[in-house]
Amino acid sequence: MARKILTEHINVPGIETFDVYRKQGGYTAVEKAIKTMTPEEVVEEAKKSGVRGRGGAGFPMGMKWGFLAKPEGVPRYLVCNADESEPGTFKDHHLMKCIPHLLIEGMIISSFALGANKSFIYVRGELMYVIRILEKAIAEAKAQGFLGKNILGSGYDLELVVQPGGGAYICGEETALLESLEGKRGNPRNKPPFPAVKGLYQSPTVVNNVESISNMPWIINNGGDAYATIGIGRSTGTKLISASGHIQKPGVYEIELGVSVEEFLNSDEYCGGVRKGHYLKALVAGGSSVPILPANLITKTAAGEDRLMTYESLSDGGFATGTMLGSGGFIVFDETACIVRNTWNFSRFYHHESCGQCSPCREGTGWMEKVLHRIEHGHGSMHDIDLLVDISKKIEGNTICPLGDAAAWPVASAIRHFRDEFVWHITHPQEATQPGAVYMGEMALV
Amino acid sequence: MEEVKPQLLKITFDGIEVEVEPGTTIMQAARKIAEADDSQGHLVPPAMCYYKPLPVSGGKCRACLVRVSAGSAKDPRPMPKLVPSCITQVQDGMVVENTTNPAVLDTRKSIVEFLLINHPLDCPICDQAGECHLQDFAFEHGSVKTRYEEERRTFDKIDIGPHVQLHMTRCILCYRCVYTADQITEGRVHGVMNRGDASEISTYIEKAIDNDFSGNVIDVCPVGALTDKTFRFKNRVWFTKPEDAHRDCDKCCGKVTLWYRGDEVIRVTARKNTWGEVNDFICNTCRFEKKQTSDWVLDGPTKVKRSSVISANKYRKDLVAKPDFALKLAATQFKPIDDSRPYTTDEETIRHQSIENNDKANHRSLLANNN
Repeated sequence: MARKILTEHINVPGIETFDVYRKQGGYTAVEKAIKTMTPEEVVEEAKKSGVRGRGGAGFPMGMKWGFLAKPEGVPRYLVCNADESEPGTFKDHHLMKCIPHLLIEGMIISSFALGANKSFIYVRGELMYVIRILEKAIAEAKAQGFLGKNILGSGYDLELVVQPGGGAYICGEETALLESLEGKRGNPRNKPPFPAVKGLYQSPTVVNNVESISNMPWIINNGGDAYATIGIGRSTGTKLISASGHIQKPGVYEIELGVSVEEFLNSDEYCGGVRKGHYLKALVAGGSSVPILPANLITKTAAGEDRLMTYESLSDGGFATGTMLGSGGFIVFDETACIVRNTWNFSRFYHHESCGQCSPCREGTGWMEKVLHRIEHGHGSMHDIDLLVDISKKIEGNTICPLGDAAAWPVASAIRHFRDEFVWHITHPQEATQPGAVYMGEMALV
Repeated sequence: MEEVKPQLLKITFDGIEVEVEPGTTIMQAARKIAEADDSQGHLVPPAMCYYKPLPVSGGKCRACLVRVSAGSAKDPRPMPKLVPSCITQVQDGMVVENTTNPAVLDTRKSIVEFLLINHPLDCPICDQAGECHLQDFAFEHGSVKTRYEEERRTFDKIDIGPHVQLHMTRCILCYRCVYTADQITEGRVHGVMNRGDASEISTYIEKAIDNDFSGNVIDVCPVGALTDKTFRFKNRVWFTKPEDAHRDCDKCCGKVTLWYRGDEVIRVTARKNTWGEVNDFICNTCRFEKKQTSDWVLDGPTKVKRSSVISANKYRKDLVAKPDFALKLAATQFKPIDDSRPYTTDEETIRHQSIENNDKANHRSLLANNN
């Protein structure tokens, strides 16, 4: 069995209550950190662990903490990004629902490390029942003296606030999240200044993902060096993967980074293989935003090496032949899935979720969606394919926030790897618009 | 104590060196170059959303993206992405490429395309035509054809207040009016509703903006989305004559531009600088109620940029009198391209192309009409 850090006790009955969580060794990390360590030492442990942001970008968390400006007399804030809305990603939801105290413990340690006296958990508005679970857990922790004034007699105060979001994907972008938290319209801010300098209420702020913060109790208990021994190279620790699509056992799995994609896909411990009687066609490895890969590039890189579930291995070959680990939304497509329809579906999502602030994303996402709708419904023409590639190129990199890139990559990669299928939709509109019709020709090779 | 002068920063913009104060943006540095030397006006990146009198504006339209090929003298690495010049502050030793970088021009062309796909292109019936920033931007950087085949988004016209009409279909969501309203009102009365390309400027359930300075949203609007109800469909701006004037106003500075048709004042606006930005906001009394010459003290004709169509009829009276005015004006405006020159500006290239390829028919009809 692989080592588990986050989900070790997740199946213990009653783990969502304080008493059971405490019996499983919960809150010992808080005691250790607050009683025996200085905030600098906690930050040092996070740096040593090499844990990378689990929200998608994969930026080292300790380094992010190190960037936090510390001017005198200005409050600092820690904000936990629990606005998980990426299609295909549902790990934070699972974690918060099943074991809320893990996040709260991580929040206390991280807030202590950063010197924040007020911290926020910004939860996606649709998850109202999770918000109630979290609030109940916070009340329990407060009653036991782990939150509030003078935690464990150390003189350190911390207030933890759970804030429901309004239900916009864009509010998962860190600066849009801060705007929303301030009560404004959730528009991403221009960067610089980065949140580490001017974040929430113009004060230095760190925004971290639920899963990143939930790693902190283990790191404090066992040391950053021990965490760094798990995984391969710069991809340290474990990662929650939300597996969905045409597989035997969809669900949330905790893997040690470095497991091969083939093992994750086919082993009975994890996905259990593609559903019976079908074969793999394509795979999205890190949530809908990352480039889609065809079957021949999933298990082996273009250079012929085994592809592993790490940040580096998945992005091997750049976007030409690689993808990204992203937030770990592992979506599997078998041969019955229509890539054009799927790309249109993704594109429709980004069109709907674009905030409308900057012109390339506001207009470009809608345009791509309309062109894809046309192709999918049998009204496309050949120049539409190049048009889509061109629009995606013009959006990518020219927007305020990464939503523009996230909208452009799936379209560009689908055309890169499955151009035949797009062509077939255009040349055979009659067949392509039949219900359930899928292009069964030879899979597109690189 | 002697005042300490801030260290000036030296940057290179399209090969031209300029010294600016710390905290200056790339856009301001470019404007400084153009203000020092009139012939360099084409170097300044276009601004659709940035508006200097509104401190938080900018960074949204992406029209002013430029390439920073060296971040600073200390760290000469290039910046990985194109940066918005209106909000990016200069560093000492920064090297910026604007018109000299094909990728920047290519991106700018695509920004025009993005801004125009949902724009109704109803310039022939739009009051803003002739002083529209989007028109200028599209003329200078856009392509002649559109690749957009789908239906454009539309909205109903809304009256916001007794003087202002909102025609959301034309809006490019620059947020300038939102920031103006934020400045002039206590609470939030005017904002953006909805998301993505469905987002719209709104006063929430068509509530009127009730403020003495609400008319300024018309002046800051770069397109014809917010129009003056006392001026709608009265006249084309290039047939009106702007005169600077002032009056003793107890609410605002009272410095305005009067727009005449014959002897009649048909519109009053705030005075604008070279970059189309309002110098001082004016009150609604000056703007909507004082439409008699006797209300004002005239300061003389407004200086209008040479390239503006507004100047066309005012300063070329010798040509206006003759029937073939349009052709003669065109002949003076369109310089023949000299192929032996190693470098042509984009404006010239576009003019050249448009004459050569696309506007032949128009020229022919123009000829027919004039003869």
